[in-house]
Amino acid sequence: MKFSQEFEQRFADMLTHYPTKRSALVPTLLYAQDEAGALTDEVIVELAQRLDLTELEVRNVISYYSMLTTKPRGKYNVQVCTNIACMLRGGEELLNHCQKKLGIGHKGTTQDGLFSLEEVECIGACSWAPAVQVNYDFHENLTVDKMDQVLDEYKKKGTM
Amino acid sequence: MASLVSHPDEVRVISKRFGQGATDIDRYLQLDGYKAVQKALSMQPDAIINEVKNSGLRGRGGAGFSTGMKWSFVPKQSAKPKYVLCNGDESEPGTCKDRLIFEHDPHSVIEGVMIAAIAVQSHTGYIYIRGEYRYLSVIMQKAIKDAYAKGFLGKNIFGSGYDLDIYWHGGAGAYEVGEESALMESLEGKRGVPRIRPPFPAVVGLWGGPTVINNAETLAAVPHIILGGAEWYAGLGTPKNGGTRLFCLSGNLNKPGVYELPMGYNLKKMIYEVGGGIPNGRGLKAVVPGGSSTPVLLPEEIDIPMDFDSVGKAGSMLGSGGVVVLDDTTCIVNFALRTIKFYQHESCGWCIPCREGTDWLKKTLTRFHAGAGLKKDIDNIYYLSENMLGKTFCPLGDAAAMPTMAFVKKFRKEFEDHLDGKPCPFEKAADRIPAMA
Amino acid sequence: MPVREGGGSYPGDGVKRMADVNLTVDGKKLTAPAGTLLIEACKSVGIEVPSFCYYPGLSLQGACRMCVVKIEKMPKLQTACTTVVTEGMVVATDNDEVRQARKAMVELLLGNHPLDCPVCDAGGECELQDMTFSYGASESKFMEAKNHREEQQWSPVVYFDRPRCILCYRCVRVCGEGMDVWALGVQNRGVSSIIAPNQDDHLECEECGMCIDICPVGALTSGAYRYKTRPWEMNHVGTVCTHCGDGCKTTLGVRRCDTGMEIVRGDNRDKSGINNDFLCIKGRYAFDFAHSEERIMQPLIRKSGKLMPSTWEEAFELIGKRFAEVRDKDGGLAIGVVGSTRTTNEENYLLSKFARVVLKTNNVDHHRTADFPALAAALHSKPGQTASMRDVLTAPAILLIGNDPTNQHPLLAWQIRTNVRLRRAKLYVINSAPIKLQKQAAGFGLLPAGAEAKAVAFLGGDDSQLDSLVSDGTTREAWTALRDKIRAEQNLVIAFGSELRAQDIQTLVSVSSSLSGAKLICLGDYANSRGAADMGLYPDLLPGYQPVSEGGRFQQDWGALPAEKGLSLPEMVDAAKAGKLKALYVVGSNPIGRLGIDPFTFSKSLVVVQDMFLTETATIADVVLPAANSYEKSGTFTNTCGDLQLVKKAGEVTGTKPDFEMIVRIADAMGFDVRSLVPFGGGTHADMGQTRGAQSGEADRHAVWLEAHNLEPKMTPFDPMAILDEIQRVVAGYDVSRTNLLAGADQHIEIAHCGVGASHKPELIVPANDDLFSSGTLGRYSHTLNSVYENKPAESEIAAD
Repeated sequence: MKFSQEFEQRFADMLTHYPTKRSALVPTLLYAQDEAGALTDEVIVELAQRLDLTELEVRNVISYYSMLTTKPRGKYNVQVCTNIACMLRGGEELLNHCQKKLGIGHKGTTQDGLFSLEEVECIGACSWAPAVQVNYDFHENLTVDKMDQVLDEYKKKGTM
Repeated sequence: MASLVSHPDEVRVISKRFGQGATDIDRYLQLDGYKAVQKALSMQPDAIINEVKNSGLRGRGGAGFSTGMKWSFVPKQSAKPKYVLCNGDESEPGTCKDRLIFEHDPHSVIEGVMIAAIAVQSHTGYIYIRGEYRYLSVIMQKAIKDAYAKGFLGKNIFGSGYDLDIYWHGGAGAYEVGEESALMESLEGKRGVPRIRPPFPAVVGLWGGPTVINNAETLAAVPHIILGGAEWYAGLGTPKNGGTRLFCLSGNLNKPGVYELPMGYNLKKMIYEVGGGIPNGRGLKAVVPGGSSTPVLLPEEIDIPMDFDSVGKAGSMLGSGGVVVLDDTTCIVNFALRTIKFYQHESCGWCIPCREGTDWLKKTLTRFHAGAGLKKDIDNIYYLSENMLGKTFCPLGDAAAMPTMAFVKKFRKEFEDHLDGKPCPFEKAADRIPAMA
Repeated sequence: MPVREGGGSYPGDGVKRMADVNLTVDGKKLTAPAGTLLIEACKSVGIEVPSFCYYPGLSLQGACRMCVVKIEKMPKLQTACTTVVTEGMVVATDNDEVRQARKAMVELLLGNHPLDCPVCDAGGECELQDMTFSYGASESKFMEAKNHREEQQWSPVVYFDRPRCILCYRCVRVCGEGMDVWALGVQNRGVSSIIAPNQDDHLECEECGMCIDICPVGALTSGAYRYKTRPWEMNHVGTVCTHCGDGCKTTLGVRRCDTGMEIVRGDNRDKSGINNDFLCIKGRYAFDFAHSEERIMQPLIRKSGKLMPSTWEEAFELIGKRFAEVRDKDGGLAIGVVGSTRTTNEENYLLSKFARVVLKTNNVDHHRTADFPALAAALHSKPGQTASMRDVLTAPAILLIGNDPTNQHPLLAWQIRTNVRLRRAKLYVINSAPIKLQKQAAGFGLLPAGAEAKAVAFLGGDDSQLDSLVSDGTTREAWTALRDKIRAEQNLVIAFGSELRAQDIQTLVSVSSSLSGAKLICLGDYANSRGAADMGLYPDLLPGYQPVSEGGRFQQDWGALPAEKGLSLPEMVDAAKAGKLKALYVVGSNPIGRLGIDPFTFSKSLVVVQDMFLTETATIADVVLPAANSYEKSGTFTNTCGDLQLVKKAGEVTGTKPDFEMIVRIADAMGFDVRSLVPFGGGTHADMGQTRGAQSGEADRHAVWLEAHNLEPKMTPFDPMAILDEIQRVVAGYDVSRTNLLAGADQHIEIAHCGVGASHKPELIVPANDDLFSSGTLGRYSHTLNSVYENKPAESEIAAD
């Protein structure tokens, strides 16, 4: 299993931060997922071995955290918050709009693999609602039009 | 990057460096940064704890427990290493304040952790930031690195002979991990399931060692208290509710945003003056005063000081400072459903009442909102919540039960209006996306 | 501290014994040691606080919330399973608030729990049913569809039905904390939480089935039992497992069938045995050999070279006549007797006596797997130096030399692990290979192969052995440090495998005698290996390790005995080859299959075999008698530690007879007065109609009472209880409380009180080399044992020769 130099550096550093190896697991899983696209069997075997865990233990942890996935998502994961603050300012309408525009539902991925859509819980943008995260980037104070712009930009970026 | 707002009533303590470029360590130093920790190094640990106790600082994560008191529970002698853990797993709906602190003033959190560590004589601290806040993790990792480079962290900090390491740690999406014992499990690389208490973390925490766990905002306030003095800080707020706090105004407001206001600031004023009132000339229906887990307040209940005790007296909680305002086009049933959907999604599943209770509430409310409700469902929703309340393994069950009970109790009529196959009276009643200024 | 997902500590963790505290529960005043959990304190005065997730000995969960109670001065209800008693605590366990909370929990569980009780294996013995009955959650408040998932098969013996699961995490803990296998985990979260096996969709584990037994509902069910019957349609008989030498109690569920009584299920619902919660795959599932289609159901006699079905009368008459002829013509020396390691003490004793008294021969032997006679010799008249299986659970320190208990003595391994986990016992392991129990060890010495005896000498102070102990894993310094630690232990239990024999055992006994309170366990392989040795299935030893040369008490009781020591099994083989062994009587043993004897060896001898199957030995026999196995008869077993336990009849297969009866019948056919063989006829002379198959968990109350009044009936010469009287009277060490025995308690036999024993011919010991998934001849006929994935032979890189 090959990870980037940056990953390896961070991983090596993190191991020195804790008295137990497995403590590095959760953040490491997220960084590994960012690089591999998903926590595939291969990644799980690798990390289990590195952290002296069983694969089962790693799977138990992965399945607990909602950002972690064993199945690949689209290049851009559009995460629409519909929790209360966003809902009051049109989060649900925004989600509906994205569903129509992308032609996919919750946890779906477009045919071209460019977009995934996810209805997510509060992302900490309540005062700037409604908000969407695309991968790790926040897009706030959205309207339907602004959402279209955001999606178009990613589409451009992704098909360049 | 989240945008900043301001209001003349604000008292800027925690937010005083917001927008000042304080992520840069040299800029932070110019703005009185790392002075408090140097002062703390010259103080007796007990004196630090007393200072924080006397400041009236109470936990900003939501529970409102006295911070100084919490620190004083850590045993002086311990065979196992002691730890300080900063809870930056901000995820209570309606809350977005820690995000601003990490974004604009990461060193203040580091400095707060350092002072807490010195106070309890710990040599290791962790700053746990939720996984969704990746850009803040980048900022924090850099801030820590810069502090090491300056010799503020590591061996012999500030030439004091005191060794102190602080590390960043990241989550991966789980509200429950904001609960302090679940936070420790997560940091130890496990599922975020809370631990049995007692023993409390102050005695048996991370890897079995005594551990102080504080919210990021709480820790960010500490350097200011050490520099400005307990008396000054306490004087900013109301009795037993020292200082200021970041209120996250959201929902149907003209000027939503995060404002730093003194503890005890009037809620009604907060909504109508600071938050600019309700847009589009609509009326106020209800206010969720402290994040989604706090019971809703009616318009006639909001003329109260926003401190832990006063909001408690009004039948709700100050919580995490997330003030969510609902205008009169909001369907309470739908709002209750959305609230419970969140808790159902985030329940860790460990105990029966929370795992099953949130799921049945969600199922029942979904059907109810869709117009297929029965009269007895209203009582069932209340019954379910009532039987979760106080019986779950951790407070998540209460967080789901309390608001639900309040919705049913205060808006029973609106629930009844959904009966008999009637469509939701609020459906399409409003264009909820306001025109942007 | 074992790893656990979610918080929890063990009861009593780090709690020092402090003064007792006083509390009041439901108006009752009670006293409990400080550190006691409230739920246990309540139990101690007979107040039952219900729970799903709390399980004594496993880590605390606080997950099911069923055990909530009201404690004065506490605003919320508290879980009794996580609350430690405090002075002056006032508790209500059954008020309206508490009952309502429990009712609500049950309602919530039933919301998603399928009400398929009529077809659920657990129906009738389901804790959720019981809780529902107790708290009356009779009304359904929900109308939405239940969450459904398809049932999964995790292994041939483990099925998982998620909808029925209430997530009490008992299975996860017993597998991880208890078995140290960690094959189960929890995945997803919230209402999607699910118990998951370690191999994606199936299990790779020890297949012990502990998860099934501990499951309070029907979420985990047994592949061997599911959909076979309802629990109330069975009788439940607690008896001793017939596989390894540890002597677990297994509760067999039996039901009438066309061919007698069928054993449908094995489990350990009855926790009264020395194994408490434990059973391995063999104890739980491997009873099914009893119903193998290959079972012999009628006597076979070789006619014109072929084994032909016959009648019992013809068979006994033939055997009696031929045995008498050989004895009278060629003398007892021309007859060999091979006994069994899986027949009862009574049968072994009877066979030993029959050989000497009726056949007039000392040519008696069995498949030896441990040197018990050497231990008897070394400990002669030094009582108090053997440990029982229960001692292993409480000893402050344990030394294990040789053997791999995880595979060969699963209960011993469980006792060791549990003791280390709950009582912080120190385990020291000395072995020539890495073994799984190393994980629990406070000290491990890795030996070069075969150096166990040298290690014992080194422990005894012989430093000249040090060089030969050093291996890659353990340096000179490490050995010295290990010896220092072991020597500093008090009340050490030393368990040793068959690697140590004869003189080594003498040395070990002198080592242990030098340590304060040290006790020994000699590990033999089969269910009654120890009993076979104790009952004198040796050519030179009578029951109780009494040398044949000094018949002593037996001269008086049995009459004239052959004084010359007889032939061992290899010597019988030689004699047969030389044409001197005219007859061979094999009872429940398969020397040709198990010990690699040339099948043509006995072609000129009359061979009589009593067995369940046509084994390699039975195939060459002249007469084969279909035998009952130990699940189909009564008597006693002595486990490898020397714990004597009652074996109760559970199953029955028409057409078979217990070995006991067959021996008596042969004696009778030889014209011997069976009254002097079996002293029957004592006690009451009326049939009281009592059974010896008491229900699960019960003592045999009839028998206890009758025994206490000296009325225990021994009505026929086939009653093993009659010979147990004689064993208790004449076999030194066996004079334990009969009443306790009948009450279901295990009784430790002091080998030190036995005869002088012998230290001899270590080369005659042949380890069985069975593991968790094999069990000699029995294992071969156990469908279940052969069905599990783990039992498939590992792919060998070297071609078999």
